[in-house]
Amino acid sequence: MSHGNNAAEQVLRSSGVDVRKCMRCGKCTATCPAFDEMEYHPHQFVYMVEKGEIDKLAASPSIYKCLSCFACVERCPRGVEPAKLVEAVRLAVIRKQGMNHLATDAIPALLDEEMPQQALVSALRKYSK
Amino acid sequence: MQRIGVFVCHCGTNIAGTVDVVAVAKALGQEPGVVFSTEYQYMCSESGQQLMRAAIREHKLTGVVVCSCSPRMHEATFRKAAALEGVNPYMVEIANIREHVSWIHKDMAEATEKAVILGRAAIAKVHLNAPLQAGESPVTKRALVIGGGIAGIQTALDIAEAGFEVDIVEKSPTIGGKMAQLDKTFPTLDCAACILTPKMVDAAQNEKINIFAYSELESVKGYIGNFKAQIRRKARFVDETKCTGCGICTEKCPQKKVPNEFNMGLDNRRAIYIPFAQAVPKVATIDANYCTMMKTGKCGICSKVCGTGAIDYTQKDTVIEREYGAIVVATGFNPIDAKVYNEYGYMDSPDVVTSLELERLMNAAGPTNGTLLRPSDKTHPHTIVFVQCVGSRCDETDERGKPYCSKICCMYTAKHAMLIREKYPDTDVYVFYIDVRTPGKNFDEFYRRAVEQYGVHYIKGQVGKVVEQNGKLHVQASDLLANEQLHIDADLVVLATAIEPDKTARSLGTMLTASMDTNDFFTEAHPKLRPVESPTAGIFLSGVCQGPKDIPETVSQASACAAKVIGVLAKDKLTCNPCVAHSDELLCNGCSSCEKVCPYGAISYSDKEFRGPNRTTLIRRVASVNPAVCQGCGACTVACPSGAMDLKGFSNKQIMAEVDAICK
Amino acid sequence: MKFSYYPGCTLKTKGKDLDRYGRLCAEALGVTLAELPDWQCCGAVYPMAKDEIATKLSAVRALASSRDEGTELVTLCSACHNVIKQVNHDMQTDADIALRVNNYLGLDTPYTGETTVLHYLEVLRDRVGFDAIKAAVKNPLTGRKIGAYYGCLLLRPGKVMRFDDPENPTILEDFIRAIGAEPVIYAMRNECCGGYIAVEDKGAAVKRSSAVLDNAAAKGADTLVTACPLCLYNLKKNGGRDDVAVVYFTELLAEALGVK
Repeated sequence: MSHGNNAAEQVLRSSGVDVRKCMRCGKCTATCPAFDEMEYHPHQFVYMVEKGEIDKLAASPSIYKCLSCFACVERCPRGVEPAKLVEAVRLAVIRKQGMNHLATDAIPALLDEEMPQQALVSALRKYSK
Repeated sequence: MQRIGVFVCHCGTNIAGTVDVVAVAKALGQEPGVVFSTEYQYMCSESGQQLMRAAIREHKLTGVVVCSCSPRMHEATFRKAAALEGVNPYMVEIANIREHVSWIHKDMAEATEKAVILGRAAIAKVHLNAPLQAGESPVTKRALVIGGGIAGIQTALDIAEAGFEVDIVEKSPTIGGKMAQLDKTFPTLDCAACILTPKMVDAAQNEKINIFAYSELESVKGYIGNFKAQIRRKARFVDETKCTGCGICTEKCPQKKVPNEFNMGLDNRRAIYIPFAQAVPKVATIDANYCTMMKTGKCGICSKVCGTGAIDYTQKDTVIEREYGAIVVATGFNPIDAKVYNEYGYMDSPDVVTSLELERLMNAAGPTNGTLLRPSDKTHPHTIVFVQCVGSRCDETDERGKPYCSKICCMYTAKHAMLIREKYPDTDVYVFYIDVRTPGKNFDEFYRRAVEQYGVHYIKGQVGKVVEQNGKLHVQASDLLANEQLHIDADLVVLATAIEPDKTARSLGTMLTASMDTNDFFTEAHPKLRPVESPTAGIFLSGVCQGPKDIPETVSQASACAAKVIGVLAKDKLTCNPCVAHSDELLCNGCSSCEKVCPYGAISYSDKEFRGPNRTTLIRRVASVNPAVCQGCGACTVACPSGAMDLKGFSNKQIMAEVDAICK
Repeated sequence: MKFSYYPGCTLKTKGKDLDRYGRLCAEALGVTLAELPDWQCCGAVYPMAKDEIATKLSAVRALASSRDEGTELVTLCSACHNVIKQVNHDMQTDADIALRVNNYLGLDTPYTGETTVLHYLEVLRDRVGFDAIKAAVKNPLTGRKIGAYYGCLLLRPGKVMRFDDPENPTILEDFIRAIGAEPVIYAMRNECCGGYIAVEDKGAAVKRSSAVLDNAAAKGADTLVTACPLCLYNLKKNGGRDDVAVVYFTELLAEALGVK
């Protein structure tokens, strides 16, 4: 385990997650509805943050695939809250200059007639700063 | 003036590694009243005790201070040594310089200073100590066992074997407990009923054992050797002395729609019932909540068909009072309710069952006569998924589960998986596990057999969701070693739900003033060295009420518990703790505060005559303590507003002297 | 019965029906919903990070203004409800967030989580009562087989939302019974429809929403009700089934109360 890794510490601080609580049961990954779309899965976020492998996570499209459905948060028997790690890594990326995942001018092409505002507002919240 | 000797123990390097024991002995030697002070490597050793005894003789010591480990460890050792030299054992005080000093400090100067201070406090107390004489109380030679499962039965049999009388109080209509519901037992696969029911019969036939089934403990008063219990014998509406257990009533009763608790609600029983064929006592019971006669006054069929006239719709609960020398808690466990884990679909599909339900589905005496059929459509399941740790090993902030490992699930699941593969080789069996925990004789070998010989698929991962659709249970799960999410279409899902102490345990703990942990397991007097005794004298622990355990472990503990009970019952008299409360009648203002806080009912009030001014006589209401009942907890001394209550050996003066010595 | 009411951005635009029927029914049930005059968009997704302050401010403004009105705060959109309730929980339990938010906002009276946040459904259950609703129904939806679609946002995280049992909820089923229809229980009712990803990964959204609808249809539902405009959009657009209608629960309530 690497200690004193700045990026990992930032993710831990920002998420408020205690990765040491994880008992490697895999319930988060078992329940995750976005599993097929993710390269790294919820239990890997927990383990990789603990190991300090933030760079790999930050470079992965997985951070944009979490549905924020809180199923892993709800069902984790150890109260680990993996979704908060996904969000913290994503924030660590998009807070950097020019790293927005969704540019405002790309939006019109994604719209359709019925799409509610909520979809756009949340996408902007999740994917850009 | 006392002549005090101080003995500072090194405890090898346990104390001496952090505390300058020579300096402590030297400093304490300067204290007033101390005529001898020394240190030694192991004070508790035979030679250490000899050293102390020689010093007592040589220096004519009247008081002893030992600076060593916790008094819980060796207070009794040193008291005994002092007594052999004619010093009253209550003139010995321990200054705990191990747990309170060396084990929690790192800096030697600080630790040494603190050790001296604690030694000084003990010396200050010895100056005010007075010799105390322990009294004696008689022992009622009968034990009470609360709970008639395998734990209670085994404890009762062993106590009876030693020649003492035992009462078993069981709240359900029969003894047998959870073990009676099991199919086979790991790791030998012998049938649970085949090994349990002979013990039930032994208990029933043993002259020394009285079984009060369908009964509940109402109240307990008294203390070790002298308990008084009230037992409520619930009305069965059947005369136990007349009923022969022929079962005709249970066949003729027209009320057929009562969920059968013995079969975990998987089928129905009648309103009058005998839980199972080998029930002890084999007596019918009317369930008043369902009986048409009891509810509407119209029916009476059971009464008509009963050949012995045993049915009595007017029967009332009775309360009997019995005396005991010792009480055994054997209240057992229940699985937690799986409905809170509805991501596994327990509430949505009858084909999601708990492991205890599966026991009934596989049992020859169960609702399917031992053929494994899905509850929904009574077909044979071809794909079965087992989910481990449902509600076990959860974080303490978790609102659904328990923080502990339930201990028995890994093994019974291996058993289930193995039996199913043995009997139905065309069945695919998956077990989702976090860890497989199999410490125990022949346990890991058993689990490996399930994998290697029977081809059970063990998958390191968990089930996240079960979705019932078109008669299949779609199981979504993780396979951590393959880093995959699995989707299995199963026919049956089995949940290894956590076990928890019976719901009655908490109120029973309060009634017995027996301490419990936050999970409602009874606490043992010492986790390693006194594992079958409650810290409350005279209360003993048998089986899962103390913590999760399997059958072999339960039976071992039950017998150990019996040995401890026999140790009490074999004595004619018990030595009482002389450190009890007493009231100064001249100071007592009769307010009853002490009586109200006393958890043991040791304090009573009476009117007494006192001499008033000018040769008058005053009648005042004053407290007195029954020293045989008092446990010396000190609650009354704190509650007393006038300072009349005091505790022998821990008087207010002694404690203040210690505090003064520490603050000096 | 008077409440402060937070409609949210979608209910003013694409989700007008949710709002319109909600208001009509409230009126019919004797409930006054006073729209907060100065509400701002909640952001539609709860910012989980402990160091995100700016994104929590609009929710706190609504909460503080409801407190100043002296009323409980009612939301109707599941997303707004989730965001506002979770932010309120932060303000109650996370001293650091509360301090920084208050420093930033500089309210006359600092906000520390005093407001009670209720979903419209909670008002129906806990303030009006489903029995009273049953009594007020003019056109019971007899014979309709309706599946409750909770999705994620109403229920989770259960410890914060305290809305219902997150794995075995009953509030929408009780609602469905109250308006005279038959609730259809199906396991996918509290699984995610993938709505949040509908903007950029339609394929994933299709997979999730069709799994929900297929399960509901297999259990015999002719209609699903939801409280979330995004779920409604996603289930309709990406669910791939036209044999199951997806409607706002307020629309069915309006129908039953005869105010549609």
